[in-house]
Amino acid sequence: MTRTPPNQTPPRDVYFFATCVVDQFFPGAGMDAITLLERQGLRVHFPEQQTCCGQPAYTSGFPDEARKVAAHQLTLFPNDWPVVVPSGSCAGMMKHHYPTLFASDPARKAQADALSGRIYELTQFLVEVLNFKPEDCGSDCTVVLHTSCSARREMNVHVTGRQLLGDLAKVTVAQQDHESECCGFGGTFSVKQPEISGAMVEDKVKALKATSAERVVSADCGCLMNILGHAAWKDQQEGRTQPALPGEHIASFLLRRTSKETAR
Amino acid sequence: MNAPQTPHTLHFMPSAGFRARSKNVVENPFLRQSFRGAMDFLMSKRAAQFPDAEELESLRSLGERIRQYNLAKLPDLLLRLEDKLTGNGIQVHWAETPEEANEIILGICHKHSAKLMVKGKSMVSEEIELNHAAEAAGVGALESDMGEYIVQLANEKPSHIIMPAIHKTKEEIASLFAEKVEGVDYTDNVDALIQIGRTVLRQKFLEADIGLSGVNFAVAETGTLCLVENEGNGRMCTTAPPVHIAITGIEKIVEKLEHVPPLYSLLTRSATGQNISTYFNMISGPRKPGEKDGPGEVHLVLLDNGRSQAYADEQLRKTLQCIRCGACMNHCPVYTRIGGHAYGTTYPGPIGKIVSPHMLGLEATAGLVTASSLCGACGEVCPVKIPIPDLLVRLREEAFSEPKANPAMRGQGAGHNGLISNIWRGWAMVYRSPTMYRAVSWLTSRFNWLTPSKQGAWTSVRVPLKPAPKRLRDMLAERR
Repeated sequence: MTRTPPNQTPPRDVYFFATCVVDQFFPGAGMDAITLLERQGLRVHFPEQQTCCGQPAYTSGFPDEARKVAAHQLTLFPNDWPVVVPSGSCAGMMKHHYPTLFASDPARKAQADALSGRIYELTQFLVEVLNFKPEDCGSDCTVVLHTSCSARREMNVHVTGRQLLGDLAKVTVAQQDHESECCGFGGTFSVKQPEISGAMVEDKVKALKATSAERVVSADCGCLMNILGHAAWKDQQEGRTQPALPGEHIASFLLRRTSKETAR
Repeated sequence: MNAPQTPHTLHFMPSAGFRARSKNVVENPFLRQSFRGAMDFLMSKRAAQFPDAEELESLRSLGERIRQYNLAKLPDLLLRLEDKLTGNGIQVHWAETPEEANEIILGICHKHSAKLMVKGKSMVSEEIELNHAAEAAGVGALESDMGEYIVQLANEKPSHIIMPAIHKTKEEIASLFAEKVEGVDYTDNVDALIQIGRTVLRQKFLEADIGLSGVNFAVAETGTLCLVENEGNGRMCTTAPPVHIAITGIEKIVEKLEHVPPLYSLLTRSATGQNISTYFNMISGPRKPGEKDGPGEVHLVLLDNGRSQAYADEQLRKTLQCIRCGACMNHCPVYTRIGGHAYGTTYPGPIGKIVSPHMLGLEATAGLVTASSLCGACGEVCPVKIPIPDLLVRLREEAFSEPKANPAMRGQGAGHNGLISNIWRGWAMVYRSPTMYRAVSWLTSRFNWLTPSKQGAWTSVRVPLKPAPKRLRDMLAERR
C-alpha cells in the first residue's frame, strides 16, 4: 500500500488482466482502462491466453474447479511486471485467495505468492503507483461512486477511486445512503437467493438515485451488471425510454473527462 | 402458553423453507423498514464506541489472540475448570447433546421437586429447547429477560441473540401484554410496559425453585462463572432461588481472569454500543456458612452439541472464537433484509450460518450457507476476527462436494447435486483452456442476439445479461 516515491521511476510495462466479465460484457471499459494506462506512458501487455480468475467456482464451494482455472492464470505473467486488474473483486481473488487455494501445492503456492505481490486494482495502481492526477476537461457534473465489497474490505482500496474522482475539478461526488453496503450481487448468490439479492439491489439503486447524481461509476463490473441491470429493469417497468440511472466503469469516466475531444 | 408443545418441530425450521420465509419478509415494506431502522441504530451505537480505527484494530487483534490462545488449550482448560469449580462447591455436568443437557437440568429440578424455573437470558438454553422440555416434564420455565419474556408471551423464538424481540414494535408488545398479562390494560408507553414486566417477574423470582442462567466467560484458574447483563434479572436468577443452574457451551472458557476484561469490553461495545453493561456477575460458588443470601446449590452444565466437531478442524475451529455479541447480524445486509426468524435456527445471521451446521448437521442447513453475498461486513466488525466469509466458502464446499469417506462434518455432501457439479466441471474445462474459452466466448459474442431474454432468477428484477458483440480481445486485435 506504499505509494511510489516521486523520485522512483514508475514501471514501463504492465500486464492487464481484463477479467472474463470485462472481456465479454464490458469490453469498452477494458479498452478505456488500457488507454488510460498507455497515456501514462506504459506498455500494456494483454496475455491472450487469459480467461477468468476462478472466483465464481471458488465462492460457490467448488475449489477444485477454481484451482484448475486459477492454475492456468498463474502461467500468464512470467515477467516481474505489475498486473493491473480493472476489478476489486477479481484482484482480491488473485491477491488474497490464490495463495490459500494452492496451499498444498508448493510449486504453485510459490507462484501464487509471487503473483499476489504484483496484483493491483486499477484505481489503486493509478493512485499509488503512477501518482496519476487526472486533469478535468469536462463541465460541471455530479456522479456517485459505488465501491465493491472486495475493493473495500479485501483490497482496502475504496479510497483510491474516490480520490481520483475528487481530483476532477468540475466533478462533484454525491454521497449515497448506506454507501458501504453490498449491492447484492455476490456472484451465484444473486440467483441462489434471488429474493434477498433483489431486495438489496433495489435498495442500492434507490439510494443511488436519491442522490440525483447524473450517473453511477464503479471500478467493478460485477456490481455494475447488477446495479445497472436492475436500474434498466426499473426503467422498463416504469416505461422510461431514457435511463434514470446511467452508469459506467470508472476507467471510461476518467478517460472521457481527461480527453479534450470527448470530455463531457 | 396454550399452543401445542412439540419441541423438535418448533425448534428448527429446515433451510428448505428459507427462501419462502425470506421472501415473505422482503415483500413486507413495514418489516423491511423496521429491521433497517433497528440495525441502523445498533450500527451507529457500535460505531460511536470505536471512534479510533487503530484502537479498534488492536483491540480486535487482542480479542482474537485471547480466544485462540484459550481454544488451543481447551481440553486442558475444561478439566482445570471442572476441578476448580468442584473445589468451589459448584457441581459440573457434561452434556454431549441437547437431550442430555435437558435431562441433567430436569433431573436437578425433579430432585428439588421444582415447579418453577426462572430464567436469565441464555441462548444455549434456546439451543437445547429447554423451555419445551421443561413444560413437558411439568416444570414451568419463565423467561425473565424483558426481550425473552416478550418472545415467550408471544410463543415465538428470539430473532436476535442479543435483542430477542427486536422484530416486535412497541404497539405489538402493548397488545401482547394487554392480551396475555392478567389485569393489564393496553398501553404503548415503553416505561409502563417495562414496569408491568418487572412487577410480574419480581414475584416470580421469589417463588422460583430454580434459577437458570447462561455464562459469558468461565474462568478456569479461579473457577468463576461470569455473567453479563443489563436488567438485573440475571443477578436475581442466580441469587434468589435456592438452586442455580448455569449452562454454557464448552468454548466459553478462558484460562485467566485477566482474559476477561478485554473480551468483556469488546462484547458490550460491539453488541449494544455500551461502555460496560449495567451488571457484571462473578459467580464462584454456592452460599457459604454464615452468608445471608445466594443459592444453596450451584450447577454448571457444559454442552458440546457439535462444538467438538468444529474444534477438530483447524479452520472450522475459528467458529468457536465467537463471544456472541451479535455485531455480525447487526451489520449483515442479509439479516437486515429478512430478520432472524427466516433463518429457522436458534442462532441467526452470519454467526448462525457458520455455527448451526455443526449443531444441526449440513443436511438441515446446507441451504443457509448460500445466503450470503460474501460482502465481508460480518468479518469486518467481528470483535474476535472470525473470518466468517472464508468459513462460509468452506461450508459451501463441505455442503456441495461429493460425500467423502472421512468427512469433517456431519452431513458433508448433503447439498451435493450431480448436475450442478457437472456444470462447474464443464465451466472449469472451458476456462482452464484458452482455446476452449476463445471458442466459447467468440460464439456467445457473435451470436449474442441468441441470448435468452429470460435468465431465470437473474431477470426477476434485472434486464437480461447480454455479451457484447465484440470481446475486449477482438477490439485489441482490431486496433493493432
